[in-house]
Parts: sequence; structure tokens; C-alpha cells
Amino acid sequence: MNIPTITTLLSSTTETADIKTITFRYPGTVVPGQFFMIWIPGVDEIPMSVSKITKDVKGITFRKIGDATHALYYLSPGSKIGLRGPYGNGFTLTGKHLLFVGGGTGVATLAPAVEHARKRKLKSTVIIGFKTKNELFFEDHLRQCGATVLVSTDDGSQGYKGFASDLAKDVLKKENIDAVYTCGPEPMMKTLLSCCRTIPFQASLDRYMKCSIGICGQCCVGNGLRVCLDGPIFDGKTLQKVEDFGVYRRDAAGRKIPF
Amino acid sequence: MQRMIDGGAGAIVTKSIGMQPRDGYANPTVLELEYGLLNAMGLPNPGIDQYGEEIKKLQKSTTPIIGSIYAADAEEFVALAMKMEQYGAAGVELNVSCPHAKRYGLEVGCDTTLLQAIVSSVKQQVHIPVFVKVSPNVVNIVEIAQAAEKGNADAIVAINTVKGMIIDLETAHPILANRTGGYSGKAIKPIGVRCVYDIAQNVNIPVIGVGGVTTGEDAIEYFLAGASAVQIGSAVYYRGPDVFKHVCKEINSWMDTHGYKKIVELVGAAYQ
Repeated sequence: MNIPTITTLLSSTTETADIKTITFRYPGTVVPGQFFMIWIPGVDEIPMSVSKITKDVKGITFRKIGDATHALYYLSPGSKIGLRGPYGNGFTLTGKHLLFVGGGTGVATLAPAVEHARKRKLKSTVIIGFKTKNELFFEDHLRQCGATVLVSTDDGSQGYKGFASDLAKDVLKKENIDAVYTCGPEPMMKTLLSCCRTIPFQASLDRYMKCSIGICGQCCVGNGLRVCLDGPIFDGKTLQKVEDFGVYRRDAAGRKIPF
Repeated sequence: MQRMIDGGAGAIVTKSIGMQPRDGYANPTVLELEYGLLNAMGLPNPGIDQYGEEIKKLQKSTTPIIGSIYAADAEEFVALAMKMEQYGAAGVELNVSCPHAKRYGLEVGCDTTLLQAIVSSVKQQVHIPVFVKVSPNVVNIVEIAQAAEKGNADAIVAINTVKGMIIDLETAHPILANRTGGYSGKAIKPIGVRCVYDIAQNVNIPVIGVGGVTTGEDAIEYFLAGASAVQIGSAVYYRGPDVFKHVCKEINSWMDTHGYKKIVELVGAAYQ
């Protein structure tokens, strides 16, 4: 069976003016990088990467951007939402010193992986990039995970001025990085991949999803790779061969939309 | 589509394409129930003009591509079929059986006069084979198939999904955003087999069986009912994109153990 199960919203926390984290009870195992389908009855159902993993409670972090996230944003604890998943493959952490590069809400997807790295006593450097300092979130949370956190903003209002991928280039030159994990705008991830020739690389892809179980074809990239089932995490070797990566996505009708 | 070709499919039927780009319905669009999939995708597609490049990408392959098309009237069906032929499609399949898209699909496929006229117009304008995919959600499916045959269809494809619904008990909401959808997979195989059995005895053109084919034995059952070929959709979910290789292998080994050499020996054997 793959149908939503109704659950109760446990908490709703404001991260920035338009970003919130919500939590719900889910006692099952979830791998960092996996996602849930969140159903808001009468509105829509959307894929959301897990941003918080504890034994019995899981959470997601989202920006108010469309109908579904708008509805989620204003739901109060106690409200009912539908849940199915977790879906997808999740990150595989390898090496001793890991570099995480997150852009915008992509930072939320990396957070559980950074926590997981701490549990395994791995060293983590985390770069989080935003347009401006008002959009910054999870900085303290990631520091509490024992990671070295570097902030970049496009306008220089906090931390490094410029793109997260440029800051990552500096880190890759100075530090001995064993593997790179990223989630954020695809052009940023593509730039990052080009700097990681021999370093193991994993990126979380975001595509318009419909079925979420690998049958409808909506989220396919490259030669029929299903982001919902074969991903959403893909390694660098695979992405080198995906012509869409960093170039275009598809809208609900399947039309190509350049990044 | 490339992935399905790699998975061993003998031919590919595209998603249904229309004149204009169409987003389809909001989610949830596909649910897996106990015995099959329930979907209301809502015919999402980029529109015929943009679809050319998707087909052209596959032209290196020798696998025939059958362009599925949907429209509200004969004029549009003709325009779509001609575009598909121009793109290099090996055939077209008229979707006159989508159970959940207003004005399209089933609303065309219920009207025998309209259907015959549409098929006949398309046949006059294209040189590639024209298949007609019919719906089980009608009183008399044989009548519909015969109308398509009168319009000179080259084959009947039976069946499309069976109308269905699932309601969430906690919220009293139908779960599919479109509320109703089409049921496919194992659960509908007996319905499909019965339809093929009835149609194949009453038309003189080949019937392609579809509905719940998951294993080689399912395909054999459709052959016995009168199908000359089968289509697979939902089983890609149950057995992965390599389902086509698996099913072909299973058909071969069943035929070997039962002493059959050619599929044609099986077709319609259940009429005895």
C-alpha cells in the first residue's frame, strides 16, 4: 500500500520570515536525504526532504512558495496532515572529513546528514549559502552538531560575499576533503561538481514530482533516471552523464524550463 | 522511454499527447492500493509541438514508438496523428478511454458515431497503423470496438483503467486530488481478459490486451482470450523497468514447457 496515513502536526517553528520547520510522529527509520510526501487534504501533496530525524519524531523544513507550502505554513500544531514515505535513497557518507554545501532551503536537507556524520565521529565542514542574511537559518543548529559552519551571502550581508560554490572552491583548496555532499540551486551544484573531479560527490536533486513511486515518469532526468526512486541523491559519476543537470528542469506539463 | 527500451520492451506507447500543453491534476495523482494502482494524472503532457524532440531523441533505437494521442474532435485527432507520423512514430493509438479527463477520452469513446467518424478521418490522413484504445467503463465494449473497426482501425487496444475511488477515513477526503481515478494492475486483469475475449470474437482486426499483465502467464492468458500482443504499464512499478525482459522470458519458457512454437497458436484458443 502506498497511500497517505493521517498524522498530527506536533510543532511548527519559524526559522525565517518565510521558512518554517514542522514535526510529526513517525517512529520508522529514515535515512538523511530521503523524503516524505506530505498531503494537505483538499490542497496538494508535495515531496519534502526530511530535515529532522529523531527516534519517534521526524520533521521537514520548507519555504512558503506555493499553495501547499502556504497551507502548511499556517497549519497549527494539532492539525491533520497525510504522510507517506520515506521515499528515495538517501546520502551515503564516506571518508573522514566531509564537506557539505547547502544553498537556500537545501541546507535543511543536509542537516540530518551532518548530524549523522557527528554520530559516526566524522569531521564536517558545512557551507551554507543564502541571498542575504535575513534568509539565514540552521546556523546554530549545525554548529551544535559539531560542524565548522561557514556562511556565504550573495550580497555580503553576512559572512563570505559571493556564492557558496566559490567559498567551497577555497575550502577544497585549503582542506583535505574526502567527500562532498550538496543540496541547493542546481547551477550551484553543477559548479561544485566541476571542482570535485576525483572527490566522491553526492547531490540531492529537486524535480517536479507526481507519483513519487517511480511509475509516472514526471521527475525523470537523463536517460530515464527517476529522481523519486533512483534518487533523489545521485553521485558525481552519474550526474556527469545527465544532460539535464544544472541545465533544465521540467514543469508540470513536462516542458523544459532552463535554470 | 529509453529506459523501457533498455528494459526489453518490443515497442513503446507514449503518454497521451494533446494539442496544447497540459499540467494534469494536483497531487496525489497515483496511489498503490492492495491489488493495483489508482491514478488520476489528468493527461499531463508538453503538447504535440514540443513532443517532437522527445521522439526524435529515440530514433537511434529500432524499437517502434506508438504515439498515444487524445483530443475532443476529429480535426484535432487528425492534426495530432499527422504530427506523430511526421515525427517518425510507427503507429498512433487513439486514447478514447481516459476515465477522468473532461471533454476528452471516455466522453469521445462512448459515442459510437463520433468514434467511427474520428477513426475514419485519421485513417484517411495517415499511412501508419491506427490503434484505438477502448474503455471498460461502458455498457457494451464490443459495440465500441466494432465502431472503431468500421472506421478502419488497424487494431483495438483493450482495456484502459477502470474507474475507481479511495476515501480517507480520518478526514473523509477522497485521496486523489481529482477524487476519482482509474484502477490498473493485477486487480483488473479478469476485467481485461473478459473484454478481450468478447471483442476478439466480434471484430476481424487484431486486439492488443492490456490490464494487469505482470508475468508471462498473465500475457498467455490474454493470448488465449484473443489478444495478439499485450501492453504493460503498472507492472513497471511492481517489477521495475526490466519487467519486459522478465515477461518475455516467462512467455518463452511457458510455451516451451507446453509445446507451443508460435504465439499465434495461442491466440483465441479459449474459444473452443
